[in-house]
Amino acid sequence: MDRFLFLTFDGLSTGAVYAAFALALVLIWRAARLVNFAQGAMAVATAYVGYAVVSATGSYWLGLGAAVLAGLALGALVERVLMRFVGHANPLNDVIVALGLVLLIQAVLGMVFGNEYRPTAVPFDTDALTVGGITAVSPYDLWVLGAVVVVVALLALLFTRTPIGLRMRASAFAPEVSRLLGVDVSRMLTLGWALAAAVGALAGMLVVPTGLGLHPHAMDLVFVIAFTAAVVGGLDSPAGAVVGGLLVGLILSYVTGYLGPDTTPLAILVLLLAVLLVRPGGLFSSVRARHV
Amino acid sequence: MTATRPTDVSRTDRPSGGPSPLRRLLPGPPGILAPGGSTLLRHLILAVLAGTLVVLLTNQLPPYQNLQVARVCAFLCVTAGYTVLVGLNGQLSLGHGALMATGAYTVALTRQAFDERAAQGRWVLPLALLLAVVVTAAAGLVIGLAAARLRGPYLAGVTLAVATLVPAITTIFTGVFNGEQGLRFPAETPPAFLGPYFQPERWLAWVALLAALTTMLLMANLVRSRFGRSLRAVRDDEVAARLAGIQVAGIQVAAFVVSAACAGLGGGVYAVLTATVAPGKFSLELSLFLLMAIVIGGLGSLAGAVWGAVLLVALQDLPSLLTETFTLPSGLAQRLEGNLALAVFGLILIVVMLAAPGGVQGVARRLTARLGPRRRAPRR
Amino acid sequence: MTDILQVERLSAGYGPVPVLREVTLDVPTGTIAAVLGANGAGKTTLLRTLSGLLRPTGGRVRFDGEDLRGVPVERLVRRGLAHVPEGRGVVAELTVEENLRLGGLWRRDRADARRAQDEVYQLFEPLARRRRHAGHQLSGGERQMLALGRALIARPRLLLLDEPSLGLAPRVTAQIMALLRRLCDSSGLTVLLVEQNVRSALSVADQGVVMSLGRVVMATPAAQLRDDEQLRHAYLGF
Repeated sequence: MDRFLFLTFDGLSTGAVYAAFALALVLIWRAARLVNFAQGAMAVATAYVGYAVVSATGSYWLGLGAAVLAGLALGALVERVLMRFVGHANPLNDVIVALGLVLLIQAVLGMVFGNEYRPTAVPFDTDALTVGGITAVSPYDLWVLGAVVVVVALLALLFTRTPIGLRMRASAFAPEVSRLLGVDVSRMLTLGWALAAAVGALAGMLVVPTGLGLHPHAMDLVFVIAFTAAVVGGLDSPAGAVVGGLLVGLILSYVTGYLGPDTTPLAILVLLLAVLLVRPGGLFSSVRARHV
Repeated sequence: MTATRPTDVSRTDRPSGGPSPLRRLLPGPPGILAPGGSTLLRHLILAVLAGTLVVLLTNQLPPYQNLQVARVCAFLCVTAGYTVLVGLNGQLSLGHGALMATGAYTVALTRQAFDERAAQGRWVLPLALLLAVVVTAAAGLVIGLAAARLRGPYLAGVTLAVATLVPAITTIFTGVFNGEQGLRFPAETPPAFLGPYFQPERWLAWVALLAALTTMLLMANLVRSRFGRSLRAVRDDEVAARLAGIQVAGIQVAAFVVSAACAGLGGGVYAVLTATVAPGKFSLELSLFLLMAIVIGGLGSLAGAVWGAVLLVALQDLPSLLTETFTLPSGLAQRLEGNLALAVFGLILIVVMLAAPGGVQGVARRLTARLGPRRRAPRR
Repeated sequence: MTDILQVERLSAGYGPVPVLREVTLDVPTGTIAAVLGANGAGKTTLLRTLSGLLRPTGGRVRFDGEDLRGVPVERLVRRGLAHVPEGRGVVAELTVEENLRLGGLWRRDRADARRAQDEVYQLFEPLARRRRHAGHQLSGGERQMLALGRALIARPRLLLLDEPSLGLAPRVTAQIMALLRRLCDSSGLTVLLVEQNVRSALSVADQGVVMSLGRVVMATPAAQLRDDEQLRHAYLGF
């Protein structure tokens, strides 16, 4: 029972990170109708920036802020300079260009920072707390959960209550009509990418300390997992991304907890295939009529 | 609903009305080599010519360069099948590194098994390679079946997950695959009748060359065949293809199996070149490298597959070239090694997709079209 | 009376296929011009070119005397040009309230935008009742009201309407046409109306513009088209 509880909290914590990451993927999917295969690499890059600031200033929080800001900038940059020039006639083009970007980013990081695993500072203790004899959750896990909940709530508020959120949603659902109504759809697209990359940056900073260390390939597997989570929830649904992330986190936690850590990639593949074959639209799929 | 292909059509995709039955029966060099002659015969002759040229080349080359030729041939097996899958059939698989690994490990395990039973003989290698093809084709069948209904980014995502499996599987089944350390098996030595001083690398190059030529021959004929046309039809407009009576799912799976078989052969040959296999050599990076190779070479084009294979091997050597030409502080040299190739690859991939989606072959074709006489109707 | 819209030899197309061939027409301020013609005549393309969704290959569009060349689509609503596209363009995933708000977002003066929104609710009472319903939950007539209301929030001076009667019951169509007439008469709104329903369009229009194969083949006072049977037969086929 002890182990189960521990695995549950651990799963929720990693699940929260996957949720945030999947949310970033869903944001870009809704805005641009493509899966950003470079999301992981972008998150690693911003994590390097963040940790560079941490070592320079000694403050984790400054580093976190720097990473998020770097995410905003990187997302906007990638959209403005690269993605908008990719021919969308063929859906493969986006993927291939994104993969080229992955190679480039990881290589540049390797050249600048080296390929070793770097230790990363954490703001809270990563050892699990023992409460009443039960080893449950660590302060770090709580921090991760809390951070993601706050970010998701902020994003939800942004999209549903603010004018800019309305503009972004309208641009994603009906770009032509939105232009006719005076919305600068192109700018909303850039903003969407910037926000998604910022969320990805946060997720990156949260997850890197839980792995082997900071390293150009640190997010490769996380991307695949987050993609799975987004697919589980339904690429069109932000709520689905969050639920999908938590669900995938839990499932993986139990599987690797009881079957061994090396089974992760296999478990992901099985899960991904299962969802895509049984319910390709995801759990929260709904057929939406676009313009009416 | 129509998915337009990302690039120009392959060179072998000339619209032909087909030879008249009489023409097919008539031998004679001009008839065979002229357009409209028998496809198979023409490809065979080309293969023999190319093979002869390369064999002559290997006579002149020192060991390291011969090994490079061998590596190009090994990669060519993979890129040929891969470019058919992605370029002609429109299925973006990101897992071909894992398929190469499957072929490689199959060869390694087969060689080890025979070695343990002290079974020797020239027939072990062909058998091992054949097994590699069969096993990898089976893996391709499984993936293909699972992925038959998936399109675009979903297929890419699933195959990406497959690509990450290699290190995991070698670790889970450590008993068989020996985890990260990998496997060693007896190296391939030249046969006795070639003499004791025959350069081993030359022999390896010949083996790889044979594999590559066989693959290219099969792929070239496949591309021109009805199956090849079905592949393209499904890529261009799935609904229309279905209405025309093409079994779309069957085609998708078959395309996967064929390209997997090629990847298995390439992986097997690749393993033979170093007589070792290790998961580190078949990482996710390799899968991305392969993609980059066929895109830059020219998606859907077999000539492009050749360019891609050459590029892969050339860029593998780039870092050492750099560190030899310029004297760099050792820390920097170490960081550049490997990463520089990656960075260049990534950048080229992006530039090619934005500026010249047809890749090297597309550029070459456009140049020759401008220089050569006007042919028939403009290409699709 | 000045012409709020002056179109001079406007040409446009999709890729190599020309659709509009040197279209010329003028619409006086405060009037309704009905653009009629068979399918494929280029009526929708005309509206899309006027609002900038499609870039013209030749010719000129003057709105209130100013050349619209190079003006991005997003800035047109600020200048007073509103376009309700084919299919209405109600954003199905957003609520009625959000759709309307979207129409007024570009405005700096929030109070004024809210006032305009209240006016629209007064004008279209069913919308007021279904404020929180999502776009896809509305009936065809309600969607048309929403699309129209959303365009009117911008207090446009020129309204481009693409087939408002599509899929609507005759009674609702008549109501909408009557509304258009009222708005023009009371506030000086100018309307360029593309319609398949020729009769109802001509019943409220001041000018009838007939298009065929990308050209304007006839532009005359609507009354003439209504009453002159021969003319009507020749150009509209009934």
